[in-house]
Amino acid sequence: MDLIWYLIVSALIFCIGAGGVLTRRNPLVVLLCLELMLNAANLALVAFARAHGDMGGQIFALMVMVVAACEVAVGLGLVVAIYRRRLPIDVDELRELQG
Amino acid sequence: MAEFFFFLAAIGAVGGAAGTVMLRDAFYSVLALVTHLIFLAMLFLLLRAEFVAAAQVIVYAGAVMVLYVFVVGYVGGLEAGLAGRSGPALRVISVLFAAALFVELTIALVGTGLEAINTEGAGYRAPFGEPSEVGRLFLTDYLVAFEVASLLLLVAAVGAVILARRRSGLGDANEISVTDFLKRDELTKGQGETGEMIEAGGPRGI
Repeated sequence: MDLIWYLIVSALIFCIGAGGVLTRRNPLVVLLCLELMLNAANLALVAFARAHGDMGGQIFALMVMVVAACEVAVGLGLVVAIYRRRLPIDVDELRELQG
Repeated sequence: MAEFFFFLAAIGAVGGAAGTVMLRDAFYSVLALVTHLIFLAMLFLLLRAEFVAAAQVIVYAGAVMVLYVFVVGYVGGLEAGLAGRSGPALRVISVLFAAALFVELTIALVGTGLEAINTEGAGYRAPFGEPSEVGRLFLTDYLVAFEVASLLLLVAAVGAVILARRRSGLGDANEISVTDFLKRDELTKGQGETGEMIEAGGPRGI
Protein backbone atom coordinates (compact mmCIF):
# COMPACT_ATOMS: atom_id res chain seq x y z
CA MET A 1 0.00 0.00 0.00
CA ASP A 2 1.23 3.47 -0.79
CA LEU A 3 1.94 5.53 2.27
CA ILE A 4 -0.49 8.26 1.22
CA TRP A 5 -3.35 5.96 2.24
CA TYR A 6 -2.00 5.74 5.74
CA LEU A 7 -1.70 9.52 5.88
CA ILE A 8 -5.28 9.98 4.68
CA VAL A 9 -6.53 7.55 7.34
CA SER A 10 -4.49 9.55 9.84
CA ALA A 11 -6.09 12.82 8.68
CA LEU A 12 -9.56 11.26 8.89
CA ILE A 13 -9.02 10.01 12.45
CA PHE A 14 -7.63 13.40 13.45
CA CYS A 15 -10.68 15.19 12.10
CA ILE A 16 -13.06 12.77 13.81
CA GLY A 17 -11.23 13.45 17.06
CA ALA A 18 -11.31 17.21 16.53
CA GLY A 19 -15.04 17.10 15.85
CA GLY A 20 -15.53 15.07 19.01
CA VAL A 21 -13.57 17.54 21.12
CA LEU A 22 -15.77 20.32 19.80
CA THR A 23 -19.13 18.60 20.17
CA ARG A 24 -18.97 16.48 23.31
CA ARG A 25 -19.60 18.00 26.73
CA ASN A 26 -18.46 15.20 28.99
CA PRO A 27 -14.78 15.84 29.91
CA LEU A 28 -14.08 12.11 29.90
CA VAL A 29 -15.17 11.84 26.29
CA VAL A 30 -13.23 15.00 25.45
CA LEU A 31 -10.12 13.27 26.81
CA LEU A 32 -10.90 10.19 24.73
CA CYS A 33 -11.18 12.37 21.62
CA LEU A 34 -7.84 13.97 22.46
CA GLU A 35 -6.41 10.46 22.51
CA LEU A 36 -7.83 9.94 19.03
CA MET A 37 -6.04 13.06 17.77
CA LEU A 38 -2.75 12.00 19.35
CA ASN A 39 -3.06 8.55 17.81
CA ALA A 40 -3.70 10.04 14.40
CA ALA A 41 -0.49 12.04 14.78
CA ASN A 42 1.28 8.83 15.82
CA LEU A 43 0.10 7.07 12.68
CA ALA A 44 1.43 9.91 10.52
CA LEU A 45 4.77 9.82 12.37
CA VAL A 46 5.15 6.08 11.90
CA ALA A 47 4.17 6.38 8.24
CA PHE A 48 6.85 9.01 7.67
CA ALA A 49 9.36 6.89 9.54
CA ARG A 50 8.56 4.13 7.05
CA ALA A 51 8.86 6.57 4.16
CA HIS A 52 12.37 7.59 5.16
CA GLY A 53 13.53 4.24 6.48
CA ASP A 54 14.51 6.10 9.65
CA MET A 55 13.54 5.06 13.16
CA GLY A 56 13.29 8.64 14.45
CA GLY A 57 9.57 8.84 13.70
CA GLN A 58 8.86 5.70 15.71
CA ILE A 59 10.83 7.07 18.67
CA PHE A 60 8.80 10.27 18.40
CA ALA A 61 5.60 8.22 18.37
CA LEU A 62 6.68 6.49 21.57
CA MET A 63 7.36 9.88 23.18
CA VAL A 64 3.88 11.02 22.13
CA MET A 65 2.49 7.95 23.89
CA VAL A 66 4.37 8.91 27.07
CA VAL A 67 2.98 12.45 26.96
CA ALA A 68 -0.50 11.08 26.29
CA ALA A 69 -0.24 8.81 29.33
CA CYS A 70 0.72 11.81 31.49
CA GLU A 71 -2.15 13.82 30.07
CA VAL A 72 -4.57 11.02 30.86
CA ALA A 73 -3.30 10.69 34.44
CA VAL A 74 -3.67 14.41 35.15
CA GLY A 75 -6.92 14.73 33.22
CA LEU A 76 -8.58 11.83 34.98
CA GLY A 77 -7.29 13.18 38.30
CA LEU A 78 -9.03 16.44 37.47
CA VAL A 79 -12.26 14.63 36.60
CA VAL A 80 -12.17 12.77 39.92
CA ALA A 81 -11.45 16.04 41.77
CA ILE A 82 -14.36 17.73 39.99
CA TYR A 83 -16.62 14.84 40.93
CA ARG A 84 -15.55 14.94 44.57
CA ARG A 85 -16.14 18.66 44.80
CA ARG A 86 -19.66 17.97 43.54
CA LEU A 87 -19.32 20.23 40.59
CA PRO A 88 -21.21 19.37 37.43
CA ILE A 89 -19.15 17.15 35.16
CA ASP A 90 -19.78 19.20 32.06
CA VAL A 91 -17.24 21.30 30.22
CA ASP A 92 -19.91 23.86 29.38
CA GLU A 93 -20.72 24.39 33.06
CA LEU A 94 -17.13 24.54 34.30
CA ARG A 95 -16.40 28.07 33.18
CA GLU A 96 -15.07 29.68 36.32
CA LEU A 97 -11.62 30.01 34.81
CA GLN A 98 -12.94 32.10 31.98
CA GLY A 99 -11.69 35.67 32.09
CA MET B 1 -2.77 -9.40 0.92
CA ALA B 2 -1.31 -6.24 2.41
CA GLU B 3 -4.15 -4.29 0.81
CA PHE B 4 -6.75 -6.51 2.47
CA PHE B 5 -5.18 -6.09 5.90
CA PHE B 6 -4.74 -2.36 5.36
CA PHE B 7 -8.38 -1.81 4.52
CA LEU B 8 -9.52 -4.08 7.33
CA ALA B 9 -7.40 -2.18 9.85
CA ALA B 10 -8.26 1.22 8.41
CA ILE B 11 -12.00 0.56 8.47
CA GLY B 12 -11.72 -0.78 12.01
CA ALA B 13 -9.70 2.20 13.19
CA VAL B 14 -11.99 4.78 11.60
CA GLY B 15 -15.07 2.92 12.83
CA GLY B 16 -13.68 2.80 16.35
CA ALA B 17 -12.94 6.51 16.20
CA ALA B 18 -16.45 7.29 15.00
CA GLY B 19 -17.89 5.12 17.75
CA THR B 20 -15.82 6.94 20.36
CA VAL B 21 -17.25 10.26 19.26
CA MET B 22 -20.83 9.23 18.66
CA LEU B 23 -21.78 6.74 21.36
CA ARG B 24 -23.76 8.36 24.13
CA ASP B 25 -22.53 6.30 27.05
CA ALA B 26 -18.97 7.16 28.12
CA PHE B 27 -18.32 3.50 28.92
CA TYR B 28 -19.11 2.42 25.38
CA SER B 29 -16.91 5.26 24.12
CA VAL B 30 -14.00 3.78 26.05
CA LEU B 31 -14.68 0.34 24.57
CA ALA B 32 -14.85 1.83 21.07
CA LEU B 33 -11.51 3.52 21.69
CA VAL B 34 -9.99 0.17 22.71
CA THR B 35 -11.18 -1.28 19.39
CA HIS B 36 -9.70 1.69 17.59
CA LEU B 37 -6.36 1.26 19.34
CA ILE B 38 -6.11 -2.42 18.48
CA PHE B 39 -6.81 -1.78 14.80
CA LEU B 40 -4.33 1.09 14.88
CA ALA B 41 -1.70 -1.31 16.25
CA MET B 42 -2.44 -3.45 13.18
CA LEU B 43 -1.69 -0.45 10.96
CA PHE B 44 1.56 0.06 12.86
CA LEU B 45 2.48 -3.56 12.18
CA LEU B 46 1.84 -3.04 8.47
CA LEU B 47 4.26 -0.10 8.65
CA ARG B 48 6.98 -2.32 10.17
CA ALA B 49 6.77 -0.68 13.59
CA GLU B 50 6.60 -3.83 15.69
CA PHE B 51 7.67 -2.31 18.97
CA VAL B 52 5.33 0.67 18.66
CA ALA B 53 2.46 -1.70 17.91
CA ALA B 54 3.23 -3.85 20.95
CA ALA B 55 3.58 -0.79 23.18
CA GLN B 56 0.31 0.54 21.79
CA VAL B 57 -1.56 -2.61 22.75
CA ILE B 58 0.09 -3.08 26.14
CA VAL B 59 0.34 0.52 27.36
CA TYR B 60 -2.67 2.09 25.68
CA ALA B 61 -5.24 -0.60 25.15
CA GLY B 62 -4.12 -2.23 28.38
CA ALA B 63 -3.09 0.18 31.09
CA VAL B 64 -4.49 3.57 30.06
CA MET B 65 -7.86 2.18 29.07
CA VAL B 66 -8.16 0.31 32.36
CA LEU B 67 -7.63 3.68 34.07
CA TYR B 68 -10.43 5.12 31.93
CA VAL B 69 -12.74 2.25 32.74
CA PHE B 70 -12.10 2.69 36.46
CA VAL B 71 -12.77 6.42 36.34
CA VAL B 72 -15.93 5.97 34.28
CA GLY B 73 -17.04 3.36 36.78
CA TYR B 74 -16.21 5.64 39.71
CA VAL B 75 -17.85 8.74 38.35
CA GLY B 76 -20.72 6.47 37.57
CA GLY B 77 -23.72 6.52 35.30
CA LEU B 78 -23.56 10.05 34.05
CA GLU B 79 -26.81 11.89 33.98
CA ALA B 80 -28.73 11.67 30.76
CA GLY B 81 -28.33 15.36 30.03
CA LEU B 82 -24.61 15.23 30.51
CA ALA B 83 -23.95 12.32 28.23
CA GLY B 84 -25.40 14.29 25.34
CA ARG B 85 -23.77 16.76 23.10
CA SER B 86 -23.93 20.49 22.70
CA GLY B 87 -26.74 22.39 21.10
CA PRO B 88 -27.65 21.75 17.47
CA ALA B 89 -26.12 24.94 16.08
CA LEU B 90 -22.75 24.32 17.70
CA ARG B 91 -22.88 20.70 16.63
CA VAL B 92 -23.46 21.60 12.99
CA ILE B 93 -20.66 24.15 13.08
CA SER B 94 -18.30 21.63 14.67
CA VAL B 95 -19.06 18.95 12.10
CA LEU B 96 -18.57 21.49 9.32
CA PHE B 97 -15.26 22.50 10.87
CA ALA B 98 -14.07 18.90 11.10
CA ALA B 99 -15.12 18.21 7.49
CA ALA B 100 -13.35 21.36 6.29
CA LEU B 101 -10.23 20.32 8.18
CA PHE B 102 -10.31 16.89 6.56
CA VAL B 103 -10.74 18.35 3.06
CA GLU B 104 -7.90 20.75 3.71
CA LEU B 105 -5.58 18.04 5.01
CA THR B 106 -6.42 15.74 2.12
CA ILE B 107 -5.70 18.48 -0.40
CA ALA B 108 -2.41 19.19 1.35
CA LEU B 109 -1.48 15.48 1.30
CA VAL B 110 -2.49 14.78 -2.29
CA GLY B 111 -0.98 17.98 -3.60
CA THR B 112 2.27 17.67 -1.76
CA GLY B 113 5.54 17.40 -3.62
CA LEU B 114 6.84 14.64 -1.39
CA GLU B 115 7.84 11.72 -3.59
CA ALA B 116 8.21 9.18 -0.84
CA ILE B 117 4.57 9.01 0.17
CA ASN B 118 3.54 7.66 -3.19
CA THR B 119 5.72 4.61 -2.68
CA GLU B 120 5.67 1.77 -0.21
CA GLY B 121 8.50 3.40 1.70
CA ALA B 122 12.25 3.37 1.58
CA GLY B 123 14.30 0.28 2.02
CA TYR B 124 15.08 -0.62 5.57
CA ARG B 125 17.71 -2.74 7.20
CA ALA B 126 17.06 -5.68 9.45
CA PRO B 127 16.48 -4.25 12.95
CA PHE B 128 14.05 -1.57 11.71
CA GLY B 129 11.24 -1.26 14.23
CA GLU B 130 12.48 -4.06 16.45
CA PRO B 131 12.83 -3.61 20.21
CA SER B 132 16.62 -3.89 20.05
CA GLU B 133 16.86 -0.95 17.68
CA VAL B 134 14.39 1.11 19.71
CA GLY B 135 16.39 0.43 22.86
CA ARG B 136 19.66 1.30 21.19
CA LEU B 137 18.30 4.61 19.89
CA PHE B 138 16.75 5.52 23.24
CA LEU B 139 20.03 4.97 25.03
CA THR B 140 22.22 6.70 22.45
CA ASP B 141 20.69 9.29 20.13
CA TYR B 142 17.57 10.07 22.15
CA LEU B 143 18.92 9.72 25.68
CA VAL B 144 17.88 13.22 26.78
CA ALA B 145 14.32 12.70 25.58
CA PHE B 146 14.24 9.36 27.39
CA GLU B 147 15.32 10.89 30.71
CA VAL B 148 12.97 13.85 30.36
CA ALA B 149 10.14 11.39 29.72
CA SER B 150 10.86 9.62 33.00
CA LEU B 151 10.80 12.95 34.85
CA LEU B 152 7.53 13.87 33.10
CA LEU B 153 5.94 10.59 34.16
CA LEU B 154 7.00 11.20 37.76
CA VAL B 155 5.52 14.70 37.75
CA ALA B 156 2.29 13.43 36.21
CA ALA B 157 1.99 10.63 38.78
CA VAL B 158 2.51 13.03 41.70
CA GLY B 159 0.10 15.51 40.16
CA ALA B 160 -2.58 12.88 39.66
CA VAL B 161 -2.25 11.68 43.25
CA ILE B 162 -2.51 15.23 44.63
CA LEU B 163 -5.46 16.09 42.41
CA ALA B 164 -7.44 12.96 43.13
CA ARG B 165 -6.49 12.50 46.78
CA ARG B 166 -9.08 11.72 49.40
CA ARG B 167 -9.85 14.83 51.38
CA SER B 168 -10.33 14.46 55.09
CA GLY B 169 -13.53 16.40 55.44
CA LEU B 170 -15.91 18.94 54.10
CA GLY B 171 -13.96 21.82 55.66
CA ASP B 172 -11.28 21.90 53.05
CA ALA B 173 -13.32 20.73 50.15
CA ASN B 174 -12.78 24.03 48.42
CA GLU B 175 -9.03 23.87 48.71
CA ILE B 176 -7.26 22.62 45.66
CA SER B 177 -3.96 24.49 45.84
CA VAL B 178 -0.88 22.32 46.06
CA THR B 179 0.98 24.73 48.33
CA ASP B 180 -1.86 24.79 50.83
CA PHE B 181 -1.87 21.05 50.75
CA LEU B 182 1.86 20.83 51.44
CA LYS B 183 1.72 23.46 54.20
CA ARG B 184 -0.80 21.47 56.16
CA ASP B 185 1.61 18.51 56.23
CA GLU B 186 -1.23 16.20 55.43
CA LEU B 187 1.20 13.89 53.76
CA THR B 188 2.67 12.80 57.07
CA LYS B 189 -0.56 12.60 58.95
CA GLY B 190 -1.39 9.11 57.84
CA GLN B 191 -4.78 7.59 57.37
CA GLY B 192 -5.78 7.60 61.04
CA GLU B 193 -8.49 10.21 60.86
CA THR B 194 -11.62 9.07 59.22
CA GLY B 195 -13.28 12.05 57.70
CA GLU B 196 -16.63 12.39 56.15
CA MET B 197 -16.47 10.77 52.81
CA ILE B 198 -17.66 13.57 50.68
CA GLU B 199 -17.23 11.49 47.63
CA ALA B 200 -19.92 9.13 48.78
CA GLY B 201 -22.65 11.61 48.03
CA GLY B 202 -22.13 12.00 44.35
CA PRO B 203 -22.44 15.17 42.39
CA ARG B 204 -24.70 17.96 43.52
CA GLY B 205 -28.20 17.38 42.28
CA ILE B 206 -27.98 17.80 38.58
